[in-house]
Amino acid sequence: MATRQPIEPQPKVEVKGLNLYYGQHQALKDVGLAFYANQVTAIIGPSGCGKSTLLRCLNRMNDGIAGIRIEGKIALDGSDIYGRRQDLIQLRKAVGMVFQRPNVFPLSIFDNVAYGPRVHGLKNHARLAEIVERSLASVGLWGEARDRLNAPALGLSLGNRQLLCLARLVAVEPEVILLDEPASALDPISTLRIEELMRELQKEYTIIIVTHNMQQAARASDRTAFMLAGELVEYGETRQIFTNPRDSRTERYVTGKL
Amino acid sequence: MKQEGHVAGGGRRVRLSERGVERVLTAVALSAIGVLALITVFIFIGGIPAIARTGFWPFVSGHKWAPGRDVFGIFPMIMGSLWVTVGALAIGVPLSLACAIFLSEVAPPRTARVIKPAIELLAGIPSVIYGFMGLVILVPLIRNRFGGPGFSVLASSVVLGIMILPTVISISYDALKAVPDAYRDGSLALGATRWQTISMVLLPAARSGILAAVILGMGRAIGETMAVIMVAGNATKVPGSLLDPVRTLTSNIALEMGYAAGMHRAALFGTGVILFVIIMLLSVLASYTTSARGKAR
Repeated sequence: MATRQPIEPQPKVEVKGLNLYYGQHQALKDVGLAFYANQVTAIIGPSGCGKSTLLRCLNRMNDGIAGIRIEGKIALDGSDIYGRRQDLIQLRKAVGMVFQRPNVFPLSIFDNVAYGPRVHGLKNHARLAEIVERSLASVGLWGEARDRLNAPALGLSLGNRQLLCLARLVAVEPEVILLDEPASALDPISTLRIEELMRELQKEYTIIIVTHNMQQAARASDRTAFMLAGELVEYGETRQIFTNPRDSRTERYVTGKL
Repeated sequence: MKQEGHVAGGGRRVRLSERGVERVLTAVALSAIGVLALITVFIFIGGIPAIARTGFWPFVSGHKWAPGRDVFGIFPMIMGSLWVTVGALAIGVPLSLACAIFLSEVAPPRTARVIKPAIELLAGIPSVIYGFMGLVILVPLIRNRFGGPGFSVLASSVVLGIMILPTVISISYDALKAVPDAYRDGSLALGATRWQTISMVLLPAARSGILAAVILGMGRAIGETMAVIMVAGNATKVPGSLLDPVRTLTSNIALEMGYAAGMHRAALFGTGVILFVIIMLLSVLASYTTSARGKAR
């Protein structure tokens, strides 16, 4: 680490030699790549290629699965997140996640957004209200939600529920945002809104998105990683991956022939 | 699609036997309702004369139960049922909730697979056994520890509290298990601890199921007879403390029906009417809360 090249920025999250096994099945094979701050990195690949598994390793959401074995190293700002001294709660506060299906809690809109700050110990109602307003505003939901903060969050449309999930995450002020196919359950307009939002949020956060929608990766990301059957096939700037891929498998995938 | 094709292909004979099965099932279902209706009519016919003669209000609010002098006030028994039921819930519900949370959220699946059937087995033990255990262990313990006769509200509450465990545990366990994993993941991914996830997301999400569990447990506690008779002391007096003896509505019927005749017998049926109304109200409440949950999903 001491002989780091000065030109490359230090990666926010760095994955090295990651192997992951579900029992006998190896789901990730010697995966290594770096994610940079203030960039949107897309991970693409066919279903079952291990892209969601890789994403869930980054905030250790795979920990609870029975029979799982993880080898290798994942570093956040240079420190190993699978290390003995890593506090799981602090990690998940720093590396938050939005899931494929919007999973707003069956609580009010306000309580959903205030959930994160509350579990991290904030009780002051004025402060909470401030955070709720700021978080909802940052995902463009404040205008619609301001008059119905105490209404059940499950009453929102699917697209708005996903935005609420994002607001709920922004409220804990994470450093890295993981998006696991966040738009796959949404209509085109909500999808576009999520993509615009990613561009907005990348000013403050490191964003990593798993998607099976290649237009989405091409439109909304700075870097793209292509995975196939647990292996990282190619990783580079999005433009290069989509216009001038080095690996023939990447080329076949991005042109829709795989 | 598949089924329609099958019936159409089978021709007339299949359609006829199909209709026959439907008729039989309908008849069976209706006869179950018929039995319920008969019981209701029977209890009301048996009980109304006593309630009418005493007057509804004196009957339910009267403090004196003296069958020999044709004085029938079941207020002490209503209070008795109320006391032991509330006591049973106070003891049984926290235990049950803790157990359901442990089984659903904390215990490794293998442990839960062993413990859950064991708990459900508790429901199969005859109530007289619970009563017997209460009689030989609990009653002397209370007498020596806290004074009084030992036969008491406290003893009944403890026995009933244990008896409602299987009902309340397994229904609230099911309610917790029905909460989608997406909620657990969502909460943990925000950095919440397991306990925060349980108390702030899972319990609110499972609330109506848990409420239904409590109401069904309450129904079980109110309706239980034999175990209570053995440990309650059965005095027809409104209990003044947890250590006083108590008689419940169900005990009143079971204890005296064997030798009652005439107006006395009708007054016992009247006790049944009041019990019946209370339990019906509880079931309506239970099905209302469970259907409210269905709508929320």
